[in-house]
Amino acid sequence: MRATSPEAKLGVSEAFVPNLLGRSDYAIISAIVEPKARVLDLGCGEGELLAWLAENKRVDARGVEIEGSKVRQAISKGVSVFHSDIEDALADLPDQAFDYVILSQTLQESRAPLKVLREMLRVGRLVIVAFPNFGHWSVRLAHLFTGRAPKTKLFPHDWFDSPNIHFFTVDDFESLVELQHWTIEKRIFLQGARQITLLPNLFAEVAVFLVRS
Amino acid sequence: MITETQIVQFDSIALDCGLTLAPVDVAYETYGELNAPRDNAILILHAFTGDAHAAGIDKITGVSGWWDSMIGPGKGFDTDKYFVICSNILGGCRGTSGPQCINPETGCPYGMSFPSITIPDMVRLQKMLVDHLGIERLLAVAGGSMGAMQALQWAVAYPNSVAASIPIAGTARHSPQQIAFNEVGRQAIMADTDWSEGDYYGKRPPARGLAVARMVGHITYMSDASMREKFGRRLRDQDQFEVESYLRHRGNQFVDRFDANSYLYITKAMDYFDLTAGRPSLSAAFDGVKSRFLVISFSSDWLYPSYQSLDIVRALRGRNCDVAYCDLPSTYGHDAFLVHVSEQTDLVRGFLASTYRERAS
Repeated sequence: MRATSPEAKLGVSEAFVPNLLGRSDYAIISAIVEPKARVLDLGCGEGELLAWLAENKRVDARGVEIEGSKVRQAISKGVSVFHSDIEDALADLPDQAFDYVILSQTLQESRAPLKVLREMLRVGRLVIVAFPNFGHWSVRLAHLFTGRAPKTKLFPHDWFDSPNIHFFTVDDFESLVELQHWTIEKRIFLQGARQITLLPNLFAEVAVFLVRS
Repeated sequence: MITETQIVQFDSIALDCGLTLAPVDVAYETYGELNAPRDNAILILHAFTGDAHAAGIDKITGVSGWWDSMIGPGKGFDTDKYFVICSNILGGCRGTSGPQCINPETGCPYGMSFPSITIPDMVRLQKMLVDHLGIERLLAVAGGSMGAMQALQWAVAYPNSVAASIPIAGTARHSPQQIAFNEVGRQAIMADTDWSEGDYYGKRPPARGLAVARMVGHITYMSDASMREKFGRRLRDQDQFEVESYLRHRGNQFVDRFDANSYLYITKAMDYFDLTAGRPSLSAAFDGVKSRFLVISFSSDWLYPSYQSLDIVRALRGRNCDVAYCDLPSTYGHDAFLVHVSEQTDLVRGFLASTYRERAS
């Protein structure tokens, strides 16, 4: 287990994280992104986060979304969204076109996570990745005691209709970053609306990493 | 909303072919009010056979505008907020100078002596109109089909004069299939003996040829699914299929409102339009572009397939341009851009509002 670095803490440890649009990872992301930055949100859904960032932080907000009805909603909010899957969308873009490239709760759904991360780091100066931690104790226990694919609050889907196709933990992600010689600028671990620092691989429900190449 | 087409005459326009057309008339309509900072103007660009009467009820004929569902108070192009302009294209036959108008040098209609025209020529004339109306920078240009070509040309040719461009169901250049359908239309007109090398004004116009051209056009505007739904194999009279009667009706209707020579000139302008011409790539065409873009395509449009819109979007994204893109599900083929009002209204309204906000900030 890696020790959490001091700069990883956004404020006091064990602090409550305010929720933004009903999500604590959005609150963390919005705290990281500085005003007027160029932001690309991959899998932006109906563009809630981007619309919020555009209005409150005057960012240059762009999104990518595969589901047509969500694309319509996002564009209706005034957010520039590209109707496409994430991998194709990244391939078009020039190097370092954005200050931040965000991938919130989607890495576990992408077919080629490493390729996506590499592309994000090519396109953006900094990358923000938020994902549900498969190492959380509830997932481990569910698997241990039921002997079945874990179904928990974090991973609520049955194995046959889950959008998640890759299952990885906080430690898995950190070791990938090390292997690729990328740098973690910030790491924030959430348990519900609470920010934690102790044994994140076991206790974090959601991890948010700020990474650069 | 009662509307009236107005005409403004300019001394001349220099054309891409090297010739100058003098004088040149432009037919246009406006809706809503231009605000004091003159920053709420939107130019609507009509498709091939459209005209300046885009919205409202015409004062004289009582006919609704061709995009009345999208333009008006509270609509997608909201005339309570924006000042909307639409003009008939150069080479057209609905008030703007075209082959049917009189050549001052001969006192006779131009016919085939009308100079050849291009999409950039059409846009240049629109720019003259916009300047004439005292508008330095348009909030947006928007159009479907050939209107989309003009919307792209505006952003490329006048980057400082347009904040946003909305090309719908369009392309940056015609495919051989699109050129092929246009050529069938042209050949139908020219095969009609009444065409007389374009010199038919004051005589019998090439109505049969023009009607056939329009029938081909209508087939390409629909889809297999929409035709099955609309006509099936139903018979209208004893021996005539519903679809045959529909196409004949549309063909005959068209003859009353459109000039065959305009058909030839405009389809040629569409076919020759190519934003990549003389450039290494489409992306290079967007080098100096400063506008935002909203690109819309329709899943069942086989005349202007979604991939053509996607090519535009990819080229723009390659330049890191601000572009929103949505492929709307539809069964209506190319006609979809005139049919799917509520979806386009949502997209256009949100996009225009954020463009307007950004300009203000």
